[in-house]
Amino acid sequence: MDLLLPPLFPDLLLDLLSMALLIGGVFLGISGAVGVIRFPDFYTRVHAAGVTDTLSAGMILAGLMLQAGFTLVTVKLAFILLFLWLTSPVASHALARAATHTGAKPVTATSGEPSSSN
Amino acid sequence: MLYFLSLFAVLFGFWLLLSGLWDHGLLLGLGLISSAFVAWIGTRLERPGGDGFEPGMLLRLPRYLGWLLVAIVQANIDVVRRIWDPVAHPISPVTGRLPASQRTRLGKTLYANSITLTPGTVAIEVSDADVLVHALSREAFDDLAGGEMERRVLALECGAGHPAGHRDGEAQG
Repeated sequence: MDLLLPPLFPDLLLDLLSMALLIGGVFLGISGAVGVIRFPDFYTRVHAAGVTDTLSAGMILAGLMLQAGFTLVTVKLAFILLFLWLTSPVASHALARAATHTGAKPVTATSGEPSSSN
Repeated sequence: MLYFLSLFAVLFGFWLLLSGLWDHGLLLGLGLISSAFVAWIGTRLERPGGDGFEPGMLLRLPRYLGWLLVAIVQANIDVVRRIWDPVAHPISPVTGRLPASQRTRLGKTLYANSITLTPGTVAIEVSDADVLVHALSREAFDDLAGGEMERRVLALECGAGHPAGHRDGEAQG
């Protein structure tokens, strides 16, 4: 890493960039949690959890990759991200499908249900 | 045989990257044996080719993934807005069926997975001709109904010049 870039560049700039990514990822994770509490029913909460699954995890892992540099650790972090993005939609889909099959009715905008109850 | 070899190569590469042990003879040998064993099991599990995979898809994949990444970031921003500022950006949940014109099981799986991977839309049920979608907002549903993602998955599946290719894997479940 240090051999490829001018000496001043990597430490400061990479640290700042990875810090920004980590902070952004943590903010998105908290947003997902707030959404899970705030949204009215199961199906809408799945969407909030999706924020945590996709961009929050991606930004945190990208920030950690910048800290690890060109090492095997970065490769493993990339594998974690790859498998997370492959499996989390499968889990969300299985949950939503199971909810439909057991008869959970989604709150819809036109049905007049108060969206803050539940 | 080609399926066995490519599966074996991918598995052993994965094993090498996870272990990081490049120069230990015994462990390398054990890794080779276990990769070959798992690849052999893989050839017996399911006949390759029935699900619609073709090597050209790997060339078209990066382009689709780049587009999907942008779509995911945009969808995340939209959902986060609706979480923190429900007054200015209210939710309006919608459920509806959208056509899925992909020809193979693999194409339909890619489409449904992409729908679920973008926050704000979840694929609930996939059938032969369409997919049941739940969306957090009317806007997200209409955006998906516009069909750009469907068209792009179809292009990924068939390429631009193969209008009638690959009928063998047509949805079986």
